[in-house]
Amino acid sequence: MNGYNFAYLDEQTKRMIRRALLKAVAIPGHQIPFGSREMPLPYGWGTGGIQVTAAVLGPDDVLKVIDQGADDTTNAVSIRRFFARTAGVATKTHTSVATIIQTRHRIPEQALTEGQILVYQVPMPDPLAKLEPSRAETTRMHGLAEYGLMHVKLYEDITRFGHVSISYDYPVMVNDRYLMSPSPIPAYDNPKLSRNPALQLFGAGREKRIYAIPPHTEVRSLDFDDHPFRTTRAPHACDLCGDDASYLDEVVTDNQGGRMFVCSDTDHCASRQALKEAAE
Amino acid sequence: MAYVAVKGGERAIDNAHAWLDSDRRGDPAVAEIGVDQIREQLGRSVDRVMAEGSLYDRDLAALAIKQAQGDLIEAAFLLRAFRTTLPRFAASTPVETAAMRIRRRISAVFKDMPGGQILGPTYDYTHRLLDFTLAAGHTPAPALREAAEQAVAPRIHDILGHEGLIEPDVASDAEPFDITREPLAFPAGRDARLQSLARGDEGFLLAMGYSTQRGWGGTHPFVGEIRVGEVLVEIVPPELGFAIEIGEITLTECQMVNQFAGSRTVPPQFTRGYGLVFGHGDRRAMAMALVDRSLRASELGEAATAPAQIPEFVISHCDNIEATGFVEHLKLPHYVDFQSELETIRRMRRDVEAALLQEAAE
Repeated sequence: MNGYNFAYLDEQTKRMIRRALLKAVAIPGHQIPFGSREMPLPYGWGTGGIQVTAAVLGPDDVLKVIDQGADDTTNAVSIRRFFARTAGVATKTHTSVATIIQTRHRIPEQALTEGQILVYQVPMPDPLAKLEPSRAETTRMHGLAEYGLMHVKLYEDITRFGHVSISYDYPVMVNDRYLMSPSPIPAYDNPKLSRNPALQLFGAGREKRIYAIPPHTEVRSLDFDDHPFRTTRAPHACDLCGDDASYLDEVVTDNQGGRMFVCSDTDHCASRQALKEAAE
Repeated sequence: MAYVAVKGGERAIDNAHAWLDSDRRGDPAVAEIGVDQIREQLGRSVDRVMAEGSLYDRDLAALAIKQAQGDLIEAAFLLRAFRTTLPRFAASTPVETAAMRIRRRISAVFKDMPGGQILGPTYDYTHRLLDFTLAAGHTPAPALREAAEQAVAPRIHDILGHEGLIEPDVASDAEPFDITREPLAFPAGRDARLQSLARGDEGFLLAMGYSTQRGWGGTHPFVGEIRVGEVLVEIVPPELGFAIEIGEITLTECQMVNQFAGSRTVPPQFTRGYGLVFGHGDRRAMAMALVDRSLRASELGEAATAPAQIPEFVISHCDNIEATGFVEHLKLPHYVDFQSELETIRRMRRDVEAALLQEAAE
């Protein structure tokens, strides 16, 4: 695009972000402060993810952008257009052909492979923020690995409800050291964080933090021996492709309580439907 | 009803933008507003957008206001997003507000002082009656400005400083923190705090300043001085080694004089809260000065208990570009998270209902 650098950000800024990314990869799960810039999209709408993507994107990359698992949600469309316009890169919806996938709230159903980069948009990078609002204080807690507060929160949930009531943005321990927010993905997606062959990068623009999970790093969802971590999904099969293990969206179809369930991952669902049609 | 996948996000966005364009234009039978008209006739809006957008450019601010249909936070956002792409040629030397070409200068602590009191173009003593002659279009009578144009006014703390009654200005050659380049961490220095306040949301600053007056962290403030006028901006290019003028900007500066009981090492003296903002903005500069002083509570050994005394609270929430983005992001789809909440709440209800049934059976 005329008047702007490749992928919008100037090279000095990209270098600053890459330095933060390198630190983040070196200390898995640790939040690295970075000089987040004002972007032409609003804070809270993916500015952190966009800056990370801009910093790692090259002209030969193939970019996929999803929001809620879908390629066609408006904000995903808007971000994909932003990079098509400012970087002129190829954009695709197939998970397998993308080299960089920017996501909000989901990890694709299809397993990622080595060499792929998953960039998460993160609203609140500090998992302790819900329990302790002061960042000065939570920084100290992370430094001392003082995570008792979070265990107490989980314990209180179990005593009150019989199970942990956190259903998304479920806190994880990365590489046995740092407590990390996986961003507001459903707890259903948490197991995919661990030992993933892809590089996982997390960008929080408004909060000015970057963190990472390097490939094959162990990530453990917090739990207790007698109350192991478990995931939830709607107990149905997708009404379009028939998958009974994928994460589903519930769609209201009428005023009489009619519901149908469809895959939240649109590429996964479309691929399965195409396969089914080809077989018929 | 059959389910139709929510396709066509792209077309929807294009249509929304086209609708917005025509909505912005309004009735085409009414003359289109010019950017020059906004710059000249909506000057206080331009000032606020420049301050919160932290970019001094009256023409671009006017354009942003037009583009945002007069939504000033949206306009400030446009200006910020433009500002961030600009290369930095130099940093200016500190502007000399003592040498300001004064348009307005008032003090609430001395009846008269060197330089005098100059009301300047203020709404202060207007009666807030709708002026229907303005609606009809009107040419104002010429204004008398000579008194202001001759004024050379020392700053109020230079007057009080002679007796050592007010805390001294501490000069520093240290490189100031830059909130636009470095991530802020707490505790933050006063340089970082003042930068944040200077471009903070006017409504937020006003409310925070107001809260200190109502007992939530009182600071016993007096308006030492408010001055509005033009100052020169100078840079020192390395190849020249001396300062050259690159332009002139309008600033409002507020020096708040606050009571201080003194401590074991410091005799009782007045302390200061400082406000400096782009353009003509008494309200903004005064609110900033109140908040600046209340944020110094810990530094001055006062108990920091009220919201306006907690730097992390005030500074983290004063930026309306960050705030509006995060508040409004709730409009984005959250169905994945909501779905997991639905399943969780259904499970919790099943557990409770099962327990109630069992209780009833026993």
